[in-house]
Amino acid sequence: MDKTTNQKAWFLVLPVLVLVAFSAVIPLMTVVNYSVQDTFGNNVFFWAGLEWFEQALSSDRLWAAFGRQIMFSAIILTIQIPLGIFVALNMPKKGFWASFCLVVMALPLLIPFNVVGTIWQIFGRVDIGLLGHTLDAMGIDYNYTNDVLDAWITVIVMDVWHWTSLVALLAYAGLQSIPEAYYQAAKIDQASRWKVFRYIELPKMQGVLLIAILLRFMDSFMIYTEPFVVTGGGPGNATTFLSIDLVKMAIGQFDLGPAAAFSIMYFLVILLVSWVFYTVMTNLDKREGF
Amino acid sequence: MDWMAWTWPTAAFFATIAVLLVTFTVLAIRYPETPRTGILRIETTRGDRLFITLLGSAFINLAWLGLIDAPQPWAMGVCLLYAAAVFRWV
Repeated sequence: MDKTTNQKAWFLVLPVLVLVAFSAVIPLMTVVNYSVQDTFGNNVFFWAGLEWFEQALSSDRLWAAFGRQIMFSAIILTIQIPLGIFVALNMPKKGFWASFCLVVMALPLLIPFNVVGTIWQIFGRVDIGLLGHTLDAMGIDYNYTNDVLDAWITVIVMDVWHWTSLVALLAYAGLQSIPEAYYQAAKIDQASRWKVFRYIELPKMQGVLLIAILLRFMDSFMIYTEPFVVTGGGPGNATTFLSIDLVKMAIGQFDLGPAAAFSIMYFLVILLVSWVFYTVMTNLDKREGF
Repeated sequence: MDWMAWTWPTAAFFATIAVLLVTFTVLAIRYPETPRTGILRIETTRGDRLFITLLGSAFINLAWLGLIDAPQPWAMGVCLLYAAAVFRWV
């Protein structure tokens, strides 16, 4: 029997489309309009053509921020993904402690971003913060406000503390979905712990891990609040990531045109990476028939 | 609409994209899409190829602006070649 296809259900999506139009599409169009003009306020605009794009592409400041951003995301992913998997592998599978671990792991995820920033801002202070004071008492010269390396370490440890649980929870969900029979078969074959991980657990976690990588990449690539609260982008420009620089440009200096051109390029990079991840994910799903 | 700071070029830009989207929607209704696998070894429909074309064109234009010292409209020529290649082989 032929299945009739009816696409009318798509009309049910209309309310969402209207909402998205107001919250995303129209503001984005406005940004595109800004990016080719200059303004001195009062809603008066002058045509500037592609000048802002040219300026942004040859701006050392933006490329430096871009480099820092890539480095930050790369470090975050290299730490959080393996650490999250490691934590998930060592979490209890059932019983009271399984639920207990899940709740404890979920706690950092529930804290608002600016509060996370404030917690670490105080935690790292040498005069009143537990971490800063302890390190100081141990004779370690730690000060995130004037040492570049210390600032980077603080921001990265903070992000690891905040977001590793997400990777761990996703990996844990992936692990829980593996039927017991796989492990029994591995036992019969006398597979080592490493081989069980490499040939059973890792392939079965592939889907969720890709989602974890995508989420962590996008979040870390767009990070703003936490480093802004902790270091304010400093010392100097050492932890000024793309969005911090963007806000400085748009709201601090009120350079709407350059900031708009810059955010379009920022958006394009994120769109490209998301598309690549999405395509890889859906193709993996099709191949494996999940 | 004043606050959106519209200009003719940007309006034309969005109108082109809107026309493309509507055209491809009508095409998809008239001649249903069949996914195929091209040189990227991923399954693409006509709509996917349009997306790849538009996103790629944005990067081609940026690269042209940043690297090549030639009038910008020429970049559109490269984009058209790129679009033809995407629709033929991807």
